[in-house]
Amino acid sequence: MEHLELFFKSIFVDNMVFAYFLGMCSYLAVSKKVATAVGLGAAVIFVLAITVPLNWLLDQYLLQEGALSWLGPEYADYDLSFLSFIMFIATIATMVQLVEIIVEKFSPGLYNSLGIFLPLIAVNCAILGGSLFMQSREIETLGLALNYGIGSGIGWFLAIIAIAAIREKIRYSNVPAPLRGLGITFIITGLMAIGFMSFGGMLTGGDEVAEDNVQTVDGMVTAQKEHKITDLVIEEINDTDNK
Amino acid sequence: MRLLSKKDSKLIMDPLADNNPITIQVLGICSALAITAQLKPSIVMAVSVIFVMGAGNVVISLMRNIIPSKIRIIVQLVVVATLVIIVDQVLKAYAYSLSKELSVFIGLIITNCIIMGRFEAFALANGPWRSFLDGIGNALGYGVILIIVGFFRELLGSGTLFGFKVLGDSVEKTGLYAIGYENNGFMVLPPMALIVVGIIIWVQRSRNKELIED
Repeated sequence: MEHLELFFKSIFVDNMVFAYFLGMCSYLAVSKKVATAVGLGAAVIFVLAITVPLNWLLDQYLLQEGALSWLGPEYADYDLSFLSFIMFIATIATMVQLVEIIVEKFSPGLYNSLGIFLPLIAVNCAILGGSLFMQSREIETLGLALNYGIGSGIGWFLAIIAIAAIREKIRYSNVPAPLRGLGITFIITGLMAIGFMSFGGMLTGGDEVAEDNVQTVDGMVTAQKEHKITDLVIEEINDTDNK
Repeated sequence: MRLLSKKDSKLIMDPLADNNPITIQVLGICSALAITAQLKPSIVMAVSVIFVMGAGNVVISLMRNIIPSKIRIIVQLVVVATLVIIVDQVLKAYAYSLSKELSVFIGLIITNCIIMGRFEAFALANGPWRSFLDGIGNALGYGVILIIVGFFRELLGSGTLFGFKVLGDSVEKTGLYAIGYENNGFMVLPPMALIVVGIIIWVQRSRNKELIED
């Protein structure tokens, strides 16, 4: 359940493009045709699925406060988290290079469709953003980190395909001259982002939403609380079942 | 004696308007939009980027003859990452709440396409002084857009500037609110940043017809 929730949340609610504007540069530059957009989108999913779990391991066993305790008790109070930017970006750059070499060697077909995008990806904000969000949200397990990587990759993939399809069609419409190209793309993305905001209420885990409701209507408070309590009870039952 | 020659001042002035990194070159939008809901974080972000770009361009330009071209991307990333770590640590030490507010977006300066773009396009081929000017110019062009977007979003969205209630008090109905003005809560939400930038592009391109795409 936890996995499913995180998966949907990272695709729709916390969509990389529409909620956080990550990877906008390549999103705008490579979205003129659906075919190329698919290639770049697939490459992003691929790289995110590799780098997020990898950086999770780095964060957990090297960077966090007390992460070095596996070396011995005298290392237990080292806090290297200030190094995380440089570690993450180095991991990403080397992984992208490595993936490029491996793909070129073993699958020339895939390399021809993905390869040209791979160097672009090293500096794609969505990739570094994925790792930094993974760190700041304190994702708990390696499985969840992998899940988060793939989920946000798919979210980015959907966004770039949608905008590429719209841009292919919009060529036939009469857009005001100064807005043509970049301007209208910005505004369409804004409108799509407004649409994606409606996914915000989709998940039951929205504690912030519940708190907002508590402030507005007094009668709602008890209802919300009861709702939350039943949720908790159900969770407990599930937990005991699992055990 | 003039401080800057004509060619040098062009390096600074061009990116401010007709070759603006955000609206014309379409670079560096990633970290720009999410933090512009208010003016203060926008300015902090702009200053951070000015520092990182100015210093980074100089460093890369000084090393341009000893960087092997095959690994230049990694070298550039390491230089930017180091500078960004400095910015991040300074913010954490002196403006902790702001650094919390900007959260991962300070880190994302590393992958800001303007910085990598200027390293590739300018610093690798020019001397330190010219590279410095180019870096400052482009970062200023970026900062100007950020500040414009932040200004309108904070003014129309919450009726404040830097947290000061410039339009009157919305609860006690003073100032503009007395005659029925309301805040547009929509301006604070992320999608409006995109639409505001879209409008800036619209205005800029209708003033200068040469910039229109076909």
